[in-house]
Amino acid sequence: MSCILELKNLGFTYGKDTPFEKRAVNNVNLKINKGEFIGIIGHTGSGKSTLVQMLNGLIRPTDGQVLLDGRNIWEEPKKIRNVRFRVGMVFQYPEYQLFEETVYRDIAFGAVNKGLTGDELDKAVRKAAEFAGVKESHLEKSPFDLSGGEKRRAAIAGVIAMDPDVLVLDEPTAGLDPMGREILLSQIVNYHKMRGNTVILVSHTMEDIARVADKIIVMNKSELVAFEETKSVFARGDMLSKIGLQVPQITNIMQDLKQKGFDVPDGVLTVDEALSVLTPMLKKEGA
Amino acid sequence: MVRDVSFGQYFPGNSIIHKLDPRGKILMFIAYIVIIFCAFNYASLAITTAFIAFVLILTKIPFKFYLKSLKVIIFIVIFTSVLNLFYGAGEPLWQWWILKITWDGINRAVFVSVRITCLIIASSCLTFTTSPTELTDAIERLMKPLKAIHFPVHEVAMMMSLALRFIPTLLEETDKIMSAQKARGANTDSGNIIKRVKALVPILIPLFVSAFRRAYDIAMAMECRCYRGGAGRTRMKSIHMGARDTVSFIATALVIAGVIVCNIMIPAVV
Repeated sequence: MSCILELKNLGFTYGKDTPFEKRAVNNVNLKINKGEFIGIIGHTGSGKSTLVQMLNGLIRPTDGQVLLDGRNIWEEPKKIRNVRFRVGMVFQYPEYQLFEETVYRDIAFGAVNKGLTGDELDKAVRKAAEFAGVKESHLEKSPFDLSGGEKRRAAIAGVIAMDPDVLVLDEPTAGLDPMGREILLSQIVNYHKMRGNTVILVSHTMEDIARVADKIIVMNKSELVAFEETKSVFARGDMLSKIGLQVPQITNIMQDLKQKGFDVPDGVLTVDEALSVLTPMLKKEGA
Repeated sequence: MVRDVSFGQYFPGNSIIHKLDPRGKILMFIAYIVIIFCAFNYASLAITTAFIAFVLILTKIPFKFYLKSLKVIIFIVIFTSVLNLFYGAGEPLWQWWILKITWDGINRAVFVSVRITCLIIASSCLTFTTSPTELTDAIERLMKPLKAIHFPVHEVAMMMSLALRFIPTLLEETDKIMSAQKARGANTDSGNIIKRVKALVPILIPLFVSAFRRAYDIAMAMECRCYRGGAGRTRMKSIHMGARDTVSFIATALVIAGVIVCNIMIPAVV
């Protein structure tokens, strides 16, 4: 697999050389391969948001480099816009960025900025709307007439329409009801499967991350603590709880069962997985 | 960053100036503005400048914040002093085409730039050391007599304090929206003037929408806490005049007296 994003000694300090100086990200080194689904976890204020905003050049790092396909994105600061089309970024509560007269035109905003026109543009918008679950009938409505969840879908579609190679989502499910989260998450997974591009998901919900991510970046107090396969990160429950993060509830339960002497495997991440392990055991017990 | 503006900001502190009664501060500020524009010769100008420099030191706020607030108006200062420089009457010291410089013009330029600078420093001294709530509180108290002519004093003061309270929130919101639109390839900092104005639309519309949303929210929250206007409302922190306020009034009075005496004794230059 080829590497699409590489971070080299990446660091950022807010308010450099002032009394309010604060180190937000410190010396992060990692490589993200094409097509991977990456989860980022960490506390509020651990540097997650700053880190992801450096990936598409919204924040210029004070130290180190971000390499996109092996090239430093700040090599030509005037062309930073091209980087933003390749690394799409969906912010927290993206519904507050909608502004156009119709949902269709709002979704098209990024794609138009990228330079798409005519049929190509229309296709990009409709495809993005489909991926994000925006209903056909909503496209000609005003974005301000939609419900909260629908607005969010439209906003996410607006980033997908730029057809980025890397899609970064900062807490896309925050504030949605359980049903809404479920649907949105499976849509993102579906999008990742169909397009085969790289997705980076920042989330506070371990269950979500456990379900979808191949690898996890753990941030704590501006430092990169771990960048490993999902299973091996959640197998280190004590490391996570030391920095105040949790493992998914089901992983916790399975670990407790193991300690009680049951013969269950390590690193069970989802309820489905646990079910397939436990059902045969229960049947054996009953027999 | 939008947030890099220090004019009108409050810096919490513990200096004598911070502790003064906000009503007194506002009154002295108004008196000071009047007196700067009544200083007609260099001696009285020196008194007013020295006074504000003294106050500035007493606030114990780093000098660079004052410089920052001056940065906003430096262009106006230069522009008006250059204009004044060439509009003086009398014998020209130097002349080229229709431009001439006279002693009168030089004096005018100096007075205008010193006056504007003092004005900005004085208003910074006021806003740096007085929290927005104190300010609106004081304004409400000072405007109380207007109630006699049915002027809605309390409502105006409440509107002001709400507006002030939302400045940082809206700045933060602007930052967020700008980042979000930039992430979708919005081009805010290049192109000709029409393009730039057009580029503001994706930022302004969401900003207005969220301002209205917040206004509804805060109105609802106030109603939930049974807010029903100013009638019968008491205060948690009532303001009182103390010894240090008296001292500050005397100091200001002395400055005013000094300026008046100088104006009488020494001939005016502008």
